[in-house]
Amino acid sequence: MAKEYRTMRNDVTLPYQWALGKTWSRFFDGLKDGRIQGTKCAGCGRVYVPARSFCPVCFTDTTQWVDVKPEGKILTWTLVREKYLGQVQEPPYVVALIQLDGSDCGFSHFIGGFDLSDAGQLKRKLKTGAKVKAVWSPVRNADIRDITCFVPVE
Amino acid sequence: MGNAVAIIGTGQTKHGRRSDVCYPDLVREAVTAALEDAGITLKDIDGIVLGTMPSMMEGVSSTHFYFAEAMGSVGKPVLKVETCGSTGQSIGHCGFFWVASGMADIVLVVGSEKMSEGDGQATMTTVFDPFFQRTFAAGAPGVFTMQSMEWMYRFKIPEEKGREAAARISVSNHDNAMDNPHAHIRTRVTMEDVKNARIITYPVRLLDVCPASDGACAVIFATGEKARKICRKPAWIKGLGFRGEEFFYGESDKAIWMSATEAAAEAYRQAGIRNPLKELDVAEIYNPFTYQEMIFYECFGFCPRGEAPDYVLKGTFLKDGELPCCPSGGTLCSNPIGATGLIRLAEAALQVTGKAGARQVEGAKLALSHAMGGVDQFNGVTIVGSEL
Ligand SMILES: [Zn+2]
Repeated sequence: MAKEYRTMRNDVTLPYQWALGKTWSRFFDGLKDGRIQGTKCAGCGRVYVPARSFCPVCFTDTTQWVDVKPEGKILTWTLVREKYLGQVQEPPYVVALIQLDGSDCGFSHFIGGFDLSDAGQLKRKLKTGAKVKAVWSPVRNADIRDITCFVPVE
Repeated sequence: MGNAVAIIGTGQTKHGRRSDVCYPDLVREAVTAALEDAGITLKDIDGIVLGTMPSMMEGVSSTHFYFAEAMGSVGKPVLKVETCGSTGQSIGHCGFFWVASGMADIVLVVGSEKMSEGDGQATMTTVFDPFFQRTFAAGAPGVFTMQSMEWMYRFKIPEEKGREAAARISVSNHDNAMDNPHAHIRTRVTMEDVKNARIITYPVRLLDVCPASDGACAVIFATGEKARKICRKPAWIKGLGFRGEEFFYGESDKAIWMSATEAAAEAYRQAGIRNPLKELDVAEIYNPFTYQEMIFYECFGFCPRGEAPDYVLKGTFLKDGELPCCPSGGTLCSNPIGATGLIRLAEAALQVTGKAGARQVEGAKLALSHAMGGVDQFNGVTIVGSEL
């Protein structure tokens, strides 16, 4: 590949307007009010957070709404060090899967509230099963960032 | 399983940063190589299946139009199948279905990607829903790393042991890629190189992660009758399995991973395989991440749950081990995503027909190929053998 052939630069930017529908609209209305809500399947009894309109296992409508606690335990986590296009936070930051008390699945969110540069402290605080609680954003827009992050509970 | 089907030819490009060719020419390079390998021409092809990653990858929508001529589809029926990382296995399965159904005698299957033209991780992030998961996605590494962490927690694998085994996997894949003229990354690395590489998503480091590659692969499927007539040594399709699971990452158990486990179990049932570690001669696993490769070993029944690091550390999956995995250098050293799962199948076919060159596993007769796609969500497996 001695010869360098031409390349051409062009950017594609497209606008979208995504519909949330009945279930997810109600979920985000709840976040704006400081509530985390799930839906419970009448068939298998699982509580899903975020709320789902149907149970992915039973394929039946989930009509029962439940409030879950804005706290729970870490199922797994990672420290993101790499930069990517479209990230909403500057690395380093921690993302985790959190099982909220009263739910039966993992909920994706940030973990923060302490110094991430100390690797020892990071591993002590972020063990699986460690308790965390939600920190609510002072500004609420009925979206997932109405929760700023989850912080470890000492 | 339908009628007997065999692979009668495969073709691959040189994978890597291929700014020397436009996308259609890259596709044609693989198609031409496959036709030459099979000793047939486009006239013999009854239908074409292709697959790629989402259109955001290259910024050209519905690329089957863009390279319609390059894949030889003028005047022929065309099917496009797209399942993210598992695309390569999906299109292979589709080629099999078409021929096994008796509706076509010879089908050309083409997978391709030109990742150097776009932003791979940004494209991967658009696979996540915009309301809940995309904010936290961090490309592919975020989720794959969380899965690996969950697996290590579940089976109480000490961090140092996981690190050591993952580094071994990186070193051996890089060693294997030295034998593969198609591979993108052909550089030897040491254990120290891997352990000191920069962190991408803790504990995953740069050399635990695949590159973003340009590349294409073509595989030709034929009926048993045609295969026996045209091909001296066909690779017979022995079994295949594919499973999906939930989109929301927190809703299924990724340490056990039903879709990977059941896809392999289904393929084993069809192929009559009871003890994969003993019966398989070689495996080409979709391994874009070293840690994740160990979860696949367990899902595919190569070792008990939680013991993959022990098996790695005793050399079970090395080129001269009990079950060599990824003698091609794997996805870890070349990942043109839409082609990758099909490359795994092509490599498996080369192995069981004795055509794998320097990467040949001596006397290989039965091989597993695999790919995974989505938010850790879809898994596909195809088993090929030297005998029907
Ligand atoms: Zn249910």
